[in-house]
Amino acid sequence: MMGAINTREENIMNKNKKFTAIAAAAFLASSTAVTAGEVEVLHWWTSGGEAASVNYLKEKLSGAGVSWTDFAVAGGGGENAMTVLKSRAISGNPPTAAQIKGPSIQEWGDLGFLADIDSVAQENDWDNLLPSVVSDVMKHNGKYVAAPVNVHRVNWLWSNPEVFRKSGATIPTTWDDFMVQAKKIQDAGYIALAHGGQAWQDATVFEAVVLGVGGPDYYQKAFVETDIAALESDTTTAVFETFGNLRQFIDSNSPGRDWNVATSMVINGEAAMQIMGDWAKGEFKVAGKSVGTDYTCTAAPGTSGSFTFNVDSFAFFSQSDSNNQQAQKVMAKEILGSDFQEVFNLNKGSIPARLGMSRDKFDSCAHDSMDAFVASSQTGGLVPSFAHGMAVSSAVSGAIYDAVTNFFNSDQSAEEGAKQLVSAVKAAK
Amino acid sequence: MLNFLEKHLPKIVIAPTTLAMIVCMYGFILWTGLLSFTKSRMMPQWEYVGFEQYIRLFENPRWHVALDNLAVFLILFIAISLALGLLLAIFLDQKIRNEGVIRTIYLYPMAISFIVTGTAWKWILNPGLGIEKIFRDMGFLDFEFRWLVEQDMAIYTIVIAAVWQSSGFVMAMFLAGLRGVDDNLVKAAKIDGASTFRSYWHVILPIMRPVFFSAVVILTHIAIKSFDLVQALTGGGPGYSSDLPANFMYTFAFNRAQMGLGAASAMVMLFGVLAVLIPYLYSELRERET
Repeated sequence: MMGAINTREENIMNKNKKFTAIAAAAFLASSTAVTAGEVEVLHWWTSGGEAASVNYLKEKLSGAGVSWTDFAVAGGGGENAMTVLKSRAISGNPPTAAQIKGPSIQEWGDLGFLADIDSVAQENDWDNLLPSVVSDVMKHNGKYVAAPVNVHRVNWLWSNPEVFRKSGATIPTTWDDFMVQAKKIQDAGYIALAHGGQAWQDATVFEAVVLGVGGPDYYQKAFVETDIAALESDTTTAVFETFGNLRQFIDSNSPGRDWNVATSMVINGEAAMQIMGDWAKGEFKVAGKSVGTDYTCTAAPGTSGSFTFNVDSFAFFSQSDSNNQQAQKVMAKEILGSDFQEVFNLNKGSIPARLGMSRDKFDSCAHDSMDAFVASSQTGGLVPSFAHGMAVSSAVSGAIYDAVTNFFNSDQSAEEGAKQLVSAVKAAK
Repeated sequence: MLNFLEKHLPKIVIAPTTLAMIVCMYGFILWTGLLSFTKSRMMPQWEYVGFEQYIRLFENPRWHVALDNLAVFLILFIAISLALGLLLAIFLDQKIRNEGVIRTIYLYPMAISFIVTGTAWKWILNPGLGIEKIFRDMGFLDFEFRWLVEQDMAIYTIVIAAVWQSSGFVMAMFLAGLRGVDDNLVKAAKIDGASTFRSYWHVILPIMRPVFFSAVVILTHIAIKSFDLVQALTGGGPGYSSDLPANFMYTFAFNRAQMGLGAASAMVMLFGVLAVLIPYLYSELRERET
């Protein structure tokens, strides 16, 4: 399990032990700088760009004298990683840090596993570097226990302008307009909406509809606070009405399709649009497409002033070894450092979690995202994504997934869909 | 000393296995049973809530879909695998040429994992890639075969893939059974004027009753633990229409931090299996004793 760096580090440590045994006490101080402990990091960033980003963090840490033990557990949404993490935590041997996000941080905090890194946060002024919606998620009982690495915007509409031109359609800005334009695209012989029929993708599209039709206030009440009165309102039925209308614009082969396959349909000009978070940009880039001419990014219909955020973060677990505690703090500091934030987010397609960074290297989609992030945080349009585990507990988001995906894949009416959603959320709360 | 060893060696050798069985099987069954009566969410948590998790379980529409699917899958999978396997075995038993080659061909799917089977069938059954596309490219433009993407039919695609994988194995079992039937009995039936069909139906198949028993037991446990096949073939979709209880249990216990609910579903699965197997084992074993 241990990489080459660690063995080297151990050798150094062993040598140091021998050395200190015979050397004068005065040398002790210098040797502790080298053995600054190690971090073991659980994550599931194993694919190309993501792995490169993690490696960058590893290099930064080894520069600071901290060795890195990689504890990568592959598997998309991190479900496998979470299972491993639970067993490690129960057996009293949690890793130094793990990729945990959203309300799960609170769940782990409630169980008493997380380490207080507030001193690092105070030293580096995190309260002013981070927007409060982000820092709130990172705190448990008012103390920082996690560090954010990025901010994804989920409510993006990716379009192929060529397909739009050929079918005489324009990029829709409201959901009503979407239905009109999608019809034109379909009549011209293209697939209007590229979509993969997996529960989380259904929920991603549903989330955009909720925000576009219901607005941020309704979104906040119904899907963040899970207020039953708001969920039972007519707005929910209207949301399901619009969501149900989308069924006709999706090709019948969609069930089970992966999101990146759907993205490639937009890239190839088979389909006109896709609603997906900004990680889709990576697919366009890999295909050698340039933004503006080959593809465009706009806010999902009716959500231009809003921003559904999905923040990845590392949560820190309590350590008994004081060297490792120190290493943990170094890691926390590096994560919020502007170097790492820039490199990581350029690779991942997201935007930095900290404010006030140079934006020269980012592309226009990221600029839009940064502007919307700041603007929406002032208007209240900045809301956590429930489709990506940022808004509600995994039990409730699972219940929403079930209701949404079942509705979308059947021919249920909007009323039935709304009723089903309410009862599922009630049962899971 | 030697005497002692002679007397106790078998017990000593078997003890570790027995211990492992007791802890890893029955111990964990007990533990899961206890968990199902607690409030456990992300982690085990020993707050007793009675049958609340079971009530929540049976109020969950997804659980009912999973149960219905299991019933459909169990019945069709076992019936079709048995029928096909038996038929193949009888045909192969007609002293044909190249029997070895043919037998290997039919047996081979069993060597593949369910993940591979599921992925391959996902492509074959996908309307845009597989059978439907082939027929449409051949000119049958109205041809439709899209069970994989239809909510009502998706569970049948799982039956197809599972039967494809397992019927060869059932065939091998029956073939071994057929080879074990005493030739004289068949000849005697022939002399008495029984047709081929009648001699199979009244003489050979009854002799093979233990083979049926083993085949049903093996197929039942394959069916109930089918998890990987669903995961690879349909992912439980469209929606959650092709979920089986094992998938439900995994999703709720591990992905959704509802360990109590997951444990409750696991217990219901266990009792479902016992309800089928105990009467069957009982009747089979009792008959053999008499």
